[in-house]
Amino acid sequence: MNIPYTVEERPDTGLANGKLGIWLFLASEVMLFGALFSSYVLLRVGAAEWPHRELSVPLGTINTIILISSSVTMVMAWASLKMGNWAKHRLYLIGTFILAGIFLVNKYFEYAEHFSKGETPAHSTFFALYFTLTGLHGLHILCGMVVMLYFIGPGAKLWKSNPEQFTNRIEYTGLYWHFVDLVWIFLFPVLYLL
Amino acid sequence: MHSDPAAVKKSVRSYMIVFVSLMVFTVITVAVSGLHLAVPIAITVALVIAATKGSMVAGVFMHLSHEKQWIYGALLLTVLFFIVLMFVPLFTVMDGTGTPGQAVGVAVAEPR
Amino acid sequence: MDQAGTFDAVAHGHSHEHAHHEELSFIRKYIFSVDHKVIGIWYVITGLLFLLFGFTLMMIMRYQIAYPGSPIPLIGNLFGPDKAPSGIMLPEFYNQLGAMHGTIMVFLGVVPLAVGGFGNFVMPLQIGAPDMAFPKLNMMSYWVYFVGGVTMLASFFQTGGAAQSGWTSYPPLAVISNGQTMWLVGMIFLITSSLLGSINFIVTIVQLRAKGLSFMRLPFFVWAQFVTSFLLLLAFPPLEAAGVLQLMDRVAGTSFFMPSGLVVSGKALTISGGGNPLLWQHLFWFLAHPEVYVLILPAMGIVAEVLANNTRKPLWGYKAMVYSIGFLGFMSFIVWAHHMFMTGMGTTMSAFFQTTTMIISIPSVVILTALLLSLWGASIRFTTPMLFALAFLPMFGIGGLTGLPLGLAPSDIHLHDTYYVIGHFHYVVAPGTIFALFAGVYYWFPKATGRMMNNALGKIHFWGSFICINVVFMPMFIQGLAGMNRRMYDGGAQYAHNQVILGSLFGIPISPVKLNIVIGFAAWGLGLFQIPFIINFFASIKGGKAVGKNPWDATTLEWSAPSPPGHGNFLTEPIVYRAPYEYSVPGAAKDFTPQFEPEGK
Repeated sequence: MNIPYTVEERPDTGLANGKLGIWLFLASEVMLFGALFSSYVLLRVGAAEWPHRELSVPLGTINTIILISSSVTMVMAWASLKMGNWAKHRLYLIGTFILAGIFLVNKYFEYAEHFSKGETPAHSTFFALYFTLTGLHGLHILCGMVVMLYFIGPGAKLWKSNPEQFTNRIEYTGLYWHFVDLVWIFLFPVLYLL
Repeated sequence: MHSDPAAVKKSVRSYMIVFVSLMVFTVITVAVSGLHLAVPIAITVALVIAATKGSMVAGVFMHLSHEKQWIYGALLLTVLFFIVLMFVPLFTVMDGTGTPGQAVGVAVAEPR
Repeated sequence: MDQAGTFDAVAHGHSHEHAHHEELSFIRKYIFSVDHKVIGIWYVITGLLFLLFGFTLMMIMRYQIAYPGSPIPLIGNLFGPDKAPSGIMLPEFYNQLGAMHGTIMVFLGVVPLAVGGFGNFVMPLQIGAPDMAFPKLNMMSYWVYFVGGVTMLASFFQTGGAAQSGWTSYPPLAVISNGQTMWLVGMIFLITSSLLGSINFIVTIVQLRAKGLSFMRLPFFVWAQFVTSFLLLLAFPPLEAAGVLQLMDRVAGTSFFMPSGLVVSGKALTISGGGNPLLWQHLFWFLAHPEVYVLILPAMGIVAEVLANNTRKPLWGYKAMVYSIGFLGFMSFIVWAHHMFMTGMGTTMSAFFQTTTMIISIPSVVILTALLLSLWGASIRFTTPMLFALAFLPMFGIGGLTGLPLGLAPSDIHLHDTYYVIGHFHYVVAPGTIFALFAGVYYWFPKATGRMMNNALGKIHFWGSFICINVVFMPMFIQGLAGMNRRMYDGGAQYAHNQVILGSLFGIPISPVKLNIVIGFAAWGLGLFQIPFIINFFASIKGGKAVGKNPWDATTLEWSAPSPPGHGNFLTEPIVYRAPYEYSVPGAAKDFTPQFEPEGK
């Protein structure tokens, strides 16, 4: 049994099912991170004093650059498929995966540094928010990496049997990945700079 | 389908432009934070820069600048409720009209 | 327009697959099925079981409320000394039963049944789709819900018992008391399940409508599910975030919701402090208000379908109903703090929320009025589903009207957290939504099984439930006005300051507190009257009268599929030619003209 518009677009909406699906998912993610940002706002406004520059700006900046770069490699991974270049696609997808991994490694070192100084989530509301926001974000990076690994590994077979569907799936993965980058673009100044 | 290979090649150029812009804005936002501006101004500038970066990622990388109506509609609703979630709890907690003493939930030297 | 390969030429009408289809194993076909109908039935059965369980918890509580401090008869000694020594319920156990009753009914019972069950089974059929847009995701949604449900149930067995801070889980109490951790973990599973489901529903409705099925030709039930899914999609994530935050407060020692300077049992808490309990309330109610519309919207959808079918007339004001339900969904996101009038907010914000709350009653009234007006000049068939659907109308009316004094802050000061609130919301959910869900079961049972449920048992189920449920909930308004607080181990007696509110009837003083005994008996009676339903449900699967595609002479697309539909649902591509409720069209041969019947027939 075939579900219509899995690959081809429905004429009146101009969408394939997965495209609408991933955007709706991202909408729910906006509300998820939104709630956390809202918590940050409420708790910061209600606090008598708020820590300033507790986090390593250099490390945060490097991670920002890494994540933005991974966003570029991700969109190039999709664009390569549209231009029919399988080898370039592999390069860019694996590159995105590696950059994501480096981001997480950096975060590991950051966390370890804070823990060694006793700056745990229980230490203050600032650190509670920092660890929760970046932790949830990091979990999203991890999930993204799992999906990328699938498309680097067993999922790559789909390129042979249904290149259009495979391309779409990479596009949807990219949309998710750009969103993760977008959240970090806001997280970085809010937590590290302000 | 989405776009033909020739159109995609053009997009690659815009991806690179956005990439460079994002890097530049990142440097700017870090540099500005080093100026230690007054808190309200610092917040405004940081958020404006972040919003600019975010719009580029959304518009170009996520192709949002030429998406379909349904996507725009869903996102419009989301943005509206996001704004509600951001500001209304804050207003509720800061609003002291008609209550004795200070507003509840806002930092005060002496809780009333 | 040719949708290549959409409809299997060999789609069967029988429930058993024949050999030339891929033979799926029993597990793939019935347990881990990706077919929306199988998944829908799983949701229905699981949801009904949880409803029964949640109701049982309340029936036990009602004994303590009616006879505070008395040993519970028959089963009292089964709970063990930590919950009910010598059969007498401990206050902690009372709170567990209360918190879990609410949680189970809302999140494990009604929503999975209304959305997961009816939505899954009926919606794809009503839009002419072969299945949901993402069948595997659909299956995952069910099993994640199942895991969440098991987690919630298992929480009863941990040391210290289950969650006991209400279904609202307010900190600081929820953070320091027992049982909340598993509740929070369970909630995270349930929310995830809902989110995945809502994405599936929206994409399916937008993308998989049959040829000719424009949005304004959709059955109202589909509109209801569509708006409901947007509510779930956008309102649930903040509660998921809040759940994570509360979980961290409990296990990671954070203070998101814990203010500084808390003293518990004489000892200062060693936490970093600086948190805000109101933050939880905002995040919780940001979801929980849209959640109550999630509870009612599918029910309105079901009632609309059953009413149109059994009045043999089109629904009155279809367009008004559609615009109203959309407006209702939108407004539901900006009324939430009417649950928080007592938290010390200033009059500006209080006025804002009172205003939006009053405005949101308008679309509700429009929909209810349209449904009522649909009865005018109708040839009413008093089938069992119709009885439940008709009862919904005044019941929802009472529930809605009693919400008004709660939505206005000055009156809410007296009524907040009293039995008046319990009466209000139960009227909307119990004789409201649950009656609509029963209507749905009786109505679509023949589509799902190919057999009718027994009418006589259905009528007993209806009348017994209708009478008992009103005796349970109507007195609660009196009790609330008398000041009886909710969630009290003594049934609210200690705050019943206004005992003389009812005065006396024929010289006999009526004590609001004593009404608890009446309510208790009515509740147990209500329980007994579910037995005919349970028997009917299971016996009719094999023993009910066998019927064909369209036993109710209905007009919507699901009645063009076989009963039950096979894999792929429709034998030929469904095409829609007209609006959904073309009953009694002047000049037509029969009193109904289905959507799927070609022109000039």
